[in-house]
Amino acid sequence: MTGLLQPRGLGGVPPRLDVEGPAAPPRSNGELVFAAPWESRAFGLVMALHDGGLFEWEAFRQELIRAVARAEAAGGEFSYYRCWLEALQTLLHDAGLVDVVAVEERAGELTARPAGHDHDHGH
Amino acid sequence: MSPVPAPSDLPVELRTEALESILVEKGLVDPAVLDKFIKTYAEDVGPLNGAKVVAKAWTDPEYKARLLEDGTAAIAEMGFKGPQGECIVVLENTPTLHQLVVCTLCSCYPWPVLGLPPSWYKDPAYRSRAVREPRALLAEFGLDLGPDVEIRVFDSSSEVRYMVLPERPAGTEGFSEDQLVPLVTREAMTGVAKAKSPA
Repeated sequence: MTGLLQPRGLGGVPPRLDVEGPAAPPRSNGELVFAAPWESRAFGLVMALHDGGLFEWEAFRQELIRAVARAEAAGGEFSYYRCWLEALQTLLHDAGLVDVVAVEERAGELTARPAGHDHDHGH
Repeated sequence: MSPVPAPSDLPVELRTEALESILVEKGLVDPAVLDKFIKTYAEDVGPLNGAKVVAKAWTDPEYKARLLEDGTAAIAEMGFKGPQGECIVVLENTPTLHQLVVCTLCSCYPWPVLGLPPSWYKDPAYRSRAVREPRALLAEFGLDLGPDVEIRVFDSSSEVRYMVLPERPAGTEGFSEDQLVPLVTREAMTGVAKAKSPA
């Protein structure tokens, strides 16, 4: 399989519903929908790009289905928004809009930021 | 899909930030629009919308008939519409028929009425077991259904999003819509639970 950004498998974790841990069924309506800020950014990017007419929702959905299938085949801890991001990156890469390598390079530059120079989104 | 270069081991947080910065530079994403979407779905659109729809259906037979006939239109009457709500079908649970919603392939979900899907809905275990062994799965959610109750599982498709209209709990005769709303949980509207009983 040549999946982009394929999560590295950690071995066969049996699919069993997690009734206590982080994936547990919530008991109230107040659950946070994003477990970490990057998840909300990844979500928002897809919404903003789709809103801007860059792709049809179904095109994204098909990529998401493939990304979810790859992640499940790879095993290990399942991260839905990792699949979501992977689907977006594949869509943008294949459309010639944002090369995956360019993203990796930019991310590498971000790691080289001096401490204390992290910027906050939305300010 | 065409093979694309393998990624590095950089943390997903950094990759997301890098992608965002490139998209903003290219003028493909307006940061204000991005922030608006996040705020809307993190704070404004959630299962309270669906709870209002259910409470209205419980108290207004004509609305309920419209809701079961054309869910999208009846939900739009309440002002709830938007992405992933283009075609919503409402499934009525009864004492002998329990309906459960899943998206086996990804996580399609009726956002305008339920907001974004919770973690368990996206979990591989839920997505596979809802179809394979729904009765056992529901028992793990704390919902033990008798053998006389038929279970039907609805798998979301590219076109249709489902919402469950749960049974109105006993002991709520005479309750107003406002009193009923807190009894309607996201789980009840997905079919993994019943509506709560009044305290």
